[in-house]
Amino acid sequence: MKGGWLRIYAIGYLVFLYLPVVLLPMFAFNEGTVIAFPLKGFTTEWFVQLAGIEALHGALLNSVFIALVTASLSVIFGICAARASTRFRFPFKGPIMGAIMVPLVLPEIIVAVSLLVVVVQVLDLPLSAWTVIAGHTLICTPFAIAILSSAFQGLDQSLEEAAVDLGETRWGAFKNIILPLVSPGIVASFLICFTISLDEFIIAFFLTGAEPTLPVYIWSQLRFPTKIPAVMALGTLMLVASLIILSVAEYYRRRGVERVGGKDSGGFL
Amino acid sequence: MGVRTIATRLDSDAKRGLLLVSPTAVYVLLLLAAPLAAVVTFSFWTQDFLTIDRSFTLDNYREAFTDPLYRVLMIRSLVISGIVTVVTVVLAFPIAYFVSFYVPPERKALWIFLITIPFWTSYLLRVFLWKVILGFNGVLNSGLISLGLIDEPITFILYNANAVVITLAHAFAPFTILPIYVALEKIDRSLLEASRDLGENRVTTFFRVTLPLAMPGVIAATLIVFIPTIGDYVTPRLVGGPNGLMIANMIQTQFLKLNNAPMGATLAVLAMCAVTAISLIFVLMNRRYLR
Repeated sequence: MKGGWLRIYAIGYLVFLYLPVVLLPMFAFNEGTVIAFPLKGFTTEWFVQLAGIEALHGALLNSVFIALVTASLSVIFGICAARASTRFRFPFKGPIMGAIMVPLVLPEIIVAVSLLVVVVQVLDLPLSAWTVIAGHTLICTPFAIAILSSAFQGLDQSLEEAAVDLGETRWGAFKNIILPLVSPGIVASFLICFTISLDEFIIAFFLTGAEPTLPVYIWSQLRFPTKIPAVMALGTLMLVASLIILSVAEYYRRRGVERVGGKDSGGFL
Repeated sequence: MGVRTIATRLDSDAKRGLLLVSPTAVYVLLLLAAPLAAVVTFSFWTQDFLTIDRSFTLDNYREAFTDPLYRVLMIRSLVISGIVTVVTVVLAFPIAYFVSFYVPPERKALWIFLITIPFWTSYLLRVFLWKVILGFNGVLNSGLISLGLIDEPITFILYNANAVVITLAHAFAPFTILPIYVALEKIDRSLLEASRDLGENRVTTFFRVTLPLAMPGVIAATLIVFIPTIGDYVTPRLVGGPNGLMIANMIQTQFLKLNNAPMGATLAVLAMCAVTAISLIFVLMNRRYLR
């Protein structure tokens, strides 16, 4: 076997990476109320409990709304920027694209604090789902651009030129030729942005109004030991939802790479 | 095609490019650049009970530099971020190397997907689970005791800086592996063969050819961990205990509990400046790899 020691190390590393993820469902189905070994017995009680919590349902709806709007906005901004950077040469391209990608490395607390200052102190507006959306769109757009850029990158420019030569308008060529070719990339980036927004806590905690998002709701529950098993059950459901969404996104991302005939470099980034 | 037509064509290209990028650029300008400017402005103002005194002053900065609490938190944050960065990058490099050099090409995408999945799951829950794993009556201790490996719970791994390092190293793992992997993938494999042909052995080839060529990825990974880590307040709050709190916890307290936005803004500006300065020094020290 090639790379013997490295392979063992890699498998050990994956175990470390997946340790928390694997423990989550184990304790969600555990009968004991204390999160420790040995496990007591199997129960679905915690999941049943979730159905009866009103505040949770409100938070879930709020989070889904925020994630849908965030993902839509991020994809639109992402298409504009990715298309501009892969197709056109324009002045100050480097600095402009760099500024747009900055939220990727900026500490999230800085994004949260600066938006909070503007909304509350400068504009004197109430915090609401829309302030969270504003912050989430900022951090999701760079991810959308990264995925969409690789989709636009592989496009053969002659396809578009041929369409224009054959009488299509530029917009028509974009709509009928380019968009269908990059649509898997659009789906993938939409799903990724949706997941990021759904799970994001740091910005949401600062910018959420009276209606909490799902992670903010979970944060408020972590203080009460008796609520922990239900939180584990909720976390398991969120994990399963994320995994399904991500697998679908990965499927579309690969299809997109194949469609434009590019080489698959793997991963979303 | 004359020179003139090419020039106007480039011109219209430039215009369309700028027009197309403008919605995104304007959004970033309005919701990031302007708010950042507001934060910097606020850091020169002071909180006067319920109102904000808008006269220019350096009082906040003076307080931030003289109050030992702020100094301790800032230094600790930088040290913890530094350790997390070193640990994460050193642990991640072999994985990136393994996937790039030993995994067959058709399975690379699967490995990268597997490595990135945990990153997309809820960060809050992952941090909380580490608290559960590392706790006094936690998964690790109860597991080791029921296996008979230890008699007493081990305590040096929760509510201190160690726990913060473990948790953050876990949280940022995929972020470090990807840039290193991309850099390793770009290395022309014939260079390695050439090195071997010219008499270097495996180890010297790695240190004299592979590693220098992978440095851009290592540098990117370092920055991508170091910069955001300083702004994390969830991990220190959940697993750090009193001696593991970081500057972001203080920023959060100033804004949300003490209602002192100017002081919070000052600490945020100082944290950003410190991180930027260290990152710049780091990049300058390694600039020979970045040509």
